[in-house]
Amino acid sequence: MKILIPTPLRPYAEKRASVEVSASTVGEALHTLTTNNPELRRHLFSDDGRLRAFVNLYLNDEDVRYLEKENTPVGESDTLSIVPSIAGGRISGGR
Amino acid sequence: MAAILGTPAVTPALSNEEILRYSRHLIMPEVAMEGQQKLKAARILCIGAGGLGSPVVLYLAAAGVGTLGLVDFDVVDFTNLQRQVIHTTADVGRKKLDSAAEKIAAINPHVDVRPFETRLNSENALQLFREFDLVVDGTDNFPTRYLVNDACVLSGKPNVYASIFRFEGQASVFATEAGPCYRCLYPEPPPPGLVPSCAEGGVLGILPGLLGVIQATEAIKLVLGFGDPLINRLLLVDAQTMRFRELRLRKNPECPVCGPRRTITKLIDYQQFCGIRGQEGPASHRVPEIEPEELRRRLERGEDVFVLDVREPHEYQIVNLGGHLIPLNDLPRRMHELDSSREIVVHCRSGARSGRAVEFLQQAGFRKVKNLRGGILAWADRIDHGLPKY
Repeated sequence: MKILIPTPLRPYAEKRASVEVSASTVGEALHTLTTNNPELRRHLFSDDGRLRAFVNLYLNDEDVRYLEKENTPVGESDTLSIVPSIAGGRISGGR
Repeated sequence: MAAILGTPAVTPALSNEEILRYSRHLIMPEVAMEGQQKLKAARILCIGAGGLGSPVVLYLAAAGVGTLGLVDFDVVDFTNLQRQVIHTTADVGRKKLDSAAEKIAAINPHVDVRPFETRLNSENALQLFREFDLVVDGTDNFPTRYLVNDACVLSGKPNVYASIFRFEGQASVFATEAGPCYRCLYPEPPPPGLVPSCAEGGVLGILPGLLGVIQATEAIKLVLGFGDPLINRLLLVDAQTMRFRELRLRKNPECPVCGPRRTITKLIDYQQFCGIRGQEGPASHRVPEIEPEELRRRLERGEDVFVLDVREPHEYQIVNLGGHLIPLNDLPRRMHELDSSREIVVHCRSGARSGRAVEFLQQAGFRKVKNLRGGILAWADRIDHGLPKY
């Protein structure tokens, strides 16, 4: 299946916009993704292993929170989108 | 669609000049005289007169929205001009409110501009929102986004939302009875350390144009009560591939502000909620620092000071101090390039990233490491006036 990486998280995923993984659930797909890109893990999960509240996951166009969350089954042709909240274009160190 | 906004109490008549001005609307059955009168009766509040706010208010003014409120407290600077198209080079140094109000009046003198020179906060938001039918969120930071959302929910005003990052944007219409609010999507903001640092920031100048025009479109549709508004949908715009995708949104039954078991019934302290209060400013307050003047003296005396630049390579190309370049994100795996026995001065653009780098190096056992206070910007301001700033 395909996982779409949003721009803010690409630096932690070898600058890639999408990655292909094989998995049978959303949780498995994320596990593979963060195993291959360990830096991504702390951006997606809190220390207790829960998905962070400012990151949403969509299987195709549906929020996995309203499916079976991490246990949602996935197929080869599915696309998982990681959609973090973004605030704006201001450079954080500037005015 | 079912009307999201109520019918205006009065339907103001149009003068002959206005009829001519709006003729391309009036001959559209979807707008017509009735719609144009609704636009004239409409009161729209735009938070921010920056990247998103520029196209929003330009188009809403041109379209004939009768009352346009504008909240901003900022001053136009040169770095705004690449995207904030309501302001011109001659406006640099002026209040954004003055500059924007002047352009709106020039485009359409029939618009009643209501400028609010203030930082939107928990004390003034509800009072302000009361005077308007809907709110357009053109802000650029998490505390204000959550404040706008909560105030919209609490006052029952639709929140026409967009946000941007580099070449990606998101847009939706939140806080209507028919759909979710921003907190249904994102109950909490990212903790400060995890938001992309200034190295990954920046925005393609046209992007707020694209997203702002989408916001203006949605605002006008809500006023007219026609079409399918962006409710229950999150539009993702990627200007790099020019792909528009749409995700389905739902009202979150657990939502703390609009759910049935809501816990937020009044506005809160949003700076604190976003973890900003208490660690205001960069890490540089907690790590050893060196002033630019002190660094210059020591370099001039020929002392052994190793200058480490933790910005990105494309920033190094804009301007540099000849330091050794290791981007902050690469520091953990490239630490072996540094000699912990030497004195190291770390710098970035303004001192935030380098503060984090110093903290990191200290934790890794470096003892003689300092942050250049104010970064290369301070160096350009105080030491070498010939350097470009960005």
